[in-house]
Amino acid sequence: MQTIISPLLVSHRLSLAPSVPRLLNNHHRAPPSIRLSSHRSTNSLRLFSSAVAAAAASASRDSEMATEDVQDPRIAKIASSIRVIPDFPKPGIMFQDITTLLLDTEAFKDTIALFVERYKDKDISVVAGVEARGFIFGPPIALAIGAKFVPMRKPKKLPGKVISEEYSLEYGTDKIEMHVGAVEPGERAIIIDDLIATGGTLAAAIRLLERVGVKIVECACVIELPELKGKDKLGETPLFVLVSSA
Amino acid sequence: MSGNKEEEDPRINGIKTKIRVVPDFPKKGIMFQDITTVLLDPKAFKDTIDLFVERYRDKNISVVAGIEARGFIFGPPIALAIGAKFVPLRKPKKLPGETIFEEYELEYGNDRLEMHIGAVEAGDRALVVDDLIATGGTLCAAINLLERVGAEVVECACVIELPDLKGRQRLKGKPLCMLVEYR
Repeated sequence: MQTIISPLLVSHRLSLAPSVPRLLNNHHRAPPSIRLSSHRSTNSLRLFSSAVAAAAASASRDSEMATEDVQDPRIAKIASSIRVIPDFPKPGIMFQDITTLLLDTEAFKDTIALFVERYKDKDISVVAGVEARGFIFGPPIALAIGAKFVPMRKPKKLPGKVISEEYSLEYGTDKIEMHVGAVEPGERAIIIDDLIATGGTLAAAIRLLERVGVKIVECACVIELPELKGKDKLGETPLFVLVSSA
Repeated sequence: MSGNKEEEDPRINGIKTKIRVVPDFPKKGIMFQDITTVLLDPKAFKDTIDLFVERYRDKNISVVAGIEARGFIFGPPIALAIGAKFVPLRKPKKLPGETIFEEYELEYGNDRLEMHIGAVEAGDRALVVDDLIATGGTLCAAINLLERVGAEVVECACVIELPDLKGRQRLKGKPLCMLVEYR
C-alpha cells in the first residue's frame, strides 16, 4: 500500500543535544528512570536525529550519563507512519490517523516495544485502555508485561455492573465506564489511548481508577497534541508519549 | 479443513471458565458472553492469543481484520505475533480517511461496517477476528469488504460461537475457527 505520509507539523520547540557537558544536568536531577525524548515534533527530529545521536553519543561517552536528547531511532519511523487527515471530523481539525501505523508491521511492533520496555519492570498489574483505539494498543502491552487488560468504555457497552465518570466535551458531556471488580485497591495501572488532545477522557479515566483505590503510574499515548495542554488535566499523573504533533 | 474447535487443548477449559455470562443483556432473554473477565486473567488472555497464533503463524496471513470494538482486543496481538497488518473494521463515520462500506442486517434495521480504502490490497490473505459469532451478519459483511478489494479471506476466528444461531452458515463458505461454544 502506498502509505500516505503527511509529516507532522514542525515544532518550533525543537532543541538539539547541547554541546555543553552533561555533568551540569546531572547535578540538578536524579537520573531519569526511562525517558525517551517526548514532547517534541519528531518529524523535525527525524531530519536531525542522526546528527543529534552522534553529538549526544560523544557527549555521553565523556560523561557516562544517560542522554535524554537522543531520540530512539524507532520513533522517527513511527511518526512517519501516522497519516494526517485534514478537516476530520470537522473543518480545521488535522486528524492523526494511526490506522496507517497499524499497516506498517515494523512500526506497530516498535510502538508496542517502546511502551513494553518502559513498563515491564514497574510492577504494573493493570493496563486500562480507552475505547476504541486504546483497545488496539493496550492489550499487546498488557500481554507482554503480564498485566490485566481493562477496557474503559462508552456508556451501555459493558454488560456487567459498572461505575462511570462524566467528562466535558466541547458541547455537552460524555461518560466513561468500567466494570465493578475489574481492578482492586492498591493495584498499579497505566492508562493507554492512541492520542491525548484536551485530556478530558484521560482525566476521567484517572478519576475512575482512583475512585477504586488504584494508583495510576502513568498515562501513555502514541501521540500528543501539546497545544491543547491535555497534560495539565492529568493532575499528578505523568504523561508519556512517543510523538508530539505541534 | 472446515475449521473446528481446537479439540481438547488443555488451555481451552481455562479460557472457558473465565468467560462471564451476563443474563438479560442487552435485553431480556439474551445470555451475554462477557469476555472482559478473560482479559483480567493474564494467563487466559495469553492462552487465547497463543491458540490462534499457533494456528495461523505458518499460513502466510498478511492481514488481520478486527471488528470494532472487541475484535480490536484480540486482533492486534495476533497480527503482531504473526507479522500481519492490522486493519480495523469500524462502525460508520469513525474512520477518518476514504472508506468503503458494507451493509448488514440487525434484528431491527441495518448497520454498516467500514474499511479504509488502501488498507488491504488484492492478493492479501486475511483473517477476520471478533470476540464472538452469533448470527454471522457482521462477519459476513467483513468478508464482503475484504473480497471486494481482492483479498482472500482464509478464515474467521472467534473466541466464542453461539452455534444455535447458525452463523457458521453465513460465512460465504469460509471456515470458522472458534475456541468455546455456548449453547
